[in-house]
Amino acid sequence: MKKIESVLIKIKIQKNDFDVSKETKQLNINQPGAIVNFIGIVRGLDDKTNEKIYSMTLEHYPGMTETEIETIIYDASKRWKISAVTVIHRIGKLFSSDQIVFVGVASKHRQNAFNACNYIMDWLKTKAPFWKIEESSKEKKWVKFNASDNDAIKKWTEIK
Amino acid sequence: MIIKYFSWIREHVGKSEEEINLPESVITIDDLINYLISENDVYKIAFLKRDLIKIAVNKSYSSASTKINNKDEIAFFPPVTGG
Repeated sequence: MKKIESVLIKIKIQKNDFDVSKETKQLNINQPGAIVNFIGIVRGLDDKTNEKIYSMTLEHYPGMTETEIETIIYDASKRWKISAVTVIHRIGKLFSSDQIVFVGVASKHRQNAFNACNYIMDWLKTKAPFWKIEESSKEKKWVKFNASDNDAIKKWTEIK
Repeated sequence: MIIKYFSWIREHVGKSEEEINLPESVITIDDLINYLISENDVYKIAFLKRDLIKIAVNKSYSSASTKINNKDEIAFFPPVTGG
């Protein structure tokens, strides 16, 4: 883990799965009081068409991804008092029910951890350079950007 | 200059990365896109939804009016869909 200001940060982009309990233990240092984890899971059905998704493959922009996530964490640490953050994002081929992303935030108090976790995830969805291609029985298609993700970040830009 | 392409833009261009020597007439990202389009039709298709495409200069989000030089790494990609 590296330290930015007073926040311990771990960012990993990897093909392998992650172990939530191991990651949580790692965040449980310096008596945080609260840890909030978010785990994103690959959906088995398309949200709009309800079509079965066989698999998805993720690519990213190495170097830029890590920098973007680091900036998001840094911004979160300016808004809320947090002590440690871990972000793990998987790439490559994933299947329905696979874990895809982990955002864990440790803080002395739960509200800061909840807010920072939500904030980091919202910004990751709109800024971190990842792209998904989905495979169903019929076709392979690049996932379109979801406009609701832009709405999600509005709450952070409107409330200061 | 290194140019990187991601997702469906890469598929249209047919490569993930290329190195070009920046012509003197190219000052901004906008100029670069125009230059690429004038060179080969694959770029015409790749940049069809030009307003939608995101740009990074040296791994930082940038706009089409950003001035560039031969040492920069440019990336073109669609809106991101991670998480």
